Amino acid sequence: MSCSGMEKWMMPYVDGRLKESEQREVEGHLASCATCRLRVNEFRAVSGLLDELPQIEPSAAFDARVRARVAAEPVKQSWWAAFAPSPRAALAASMLLLAAIWIESRPGPANTGEHGQNVAVNPANIDPNDLPLLENYDILANFEPLTELPQPVQADESDEADSNQSM
Amino acid sequence: MARSDVQLMLDVKAGDEQSFALLLQRYRTPLVNFLYRMVRNREQAEDLAQEVFIRVYRAREEYVPSAKFTTWLFRIATNLALNSVRDTRHQRMEISLDAPVTADAEDGDERTLDVADKHPDIEQHLVEEARKDMIRHAIDKLPEKQRAAVLLHKYQELDYTEIAKILACSESALKSLLFRAYETLRVELAPLVARSK
Repeated sequence: MSCSGMEKWMMPYVDGRLKESEQREVEGHLASCATCRLRVNEFRAVSGLLDELPQIEPSAAFDARVRARVAAEPVKQSWWAAFAPSPRAALAASMLLLAAIWIESRPGPANTGEHGQNVAVNPANIDPNDLPLLENYDILANFEPLTELPQPVQADESDEADSNQSM
Repeated sequence: MARSDVQLMLDVKAGDEQSFALLLQRYRTPLVNFLYRMVRNREQAEDLAQEVFIRVYRAREEYVPSAKFTTWLFRIATNLALNSVRDTRHQRMEISLDAPVTADAEDGDERTLDVADKHPDIEQHLVEEARKDMIRHAIDKLPEKQRAAVLLHKYQELDYTEIAKILACSESALKSLLFRAYETLRVELAPLVARSK
């Protein structure tokens, strides 16, 4: 091992954290190198000097300050928990949700029939039996708006006139 | 049997505030000391230590025990300290090495009037103080990353793997970092080293 190679081994050696084989290798070098031997001793002396610095204690108010800051932290909530303080908001949201589901579940363009059934608008689907009003002649004959319509052409009479002229 | 740091942190994650109080109790002194030795200002060190605990608390829900708790804790602390030191670097350079460090409680406490009670021999006391000041200033003069490496290695007694993770470097780079730091300290503290041999 060279002196430059000692750079990575010196501190672990001083700490006593080398494997046995590594330690033997380092000691082999130290036995033949006075400079590295001196350095190891001085590193140990430095480590001893660092031990002389006393520890400080956190101030009496330290814990209280940390606790106060922790208490001031906003509580993380799930999105649903946001409704918890307001049952009215939760109810309104539920109603909206149900309404949306109901509207969505209805089939395409449709009208609601007399009994609540959905009836298609297609005229071909209209059953004349469902329109009894049209069968009531009295109502139709006396239906005032219809009197304002122009009189229908009497097809049978004109045909007869034509035939008489030809004769 | 005392719960491990990881178990306490998992309990905090589950909503147990008492476990956070135990972590605070366990690490308040090591953290404040580490930060104090990094930034050399007690008030600032306590502010930074508070910030470390708050960040741990905020991160509780995302906590995954993928590494040692101390690695995570001191990584947060080291990053905060390095940022703080860099921010105040110019300010620090203006402070004379000979001037008394008034905001320094460690120095301040030992310079109070109880000197007469604890140290009847004032001259001896002053010699001890000068010695401690010399050691402190030698540490202060180290580049920030070397300083953090020495403090984590010497005072927190973390292993190389852990310190390397905290400083985001390889173990090999960490050993070189420590070697260079001790080389600087050896030169800076040469008068004391010579006497202690």
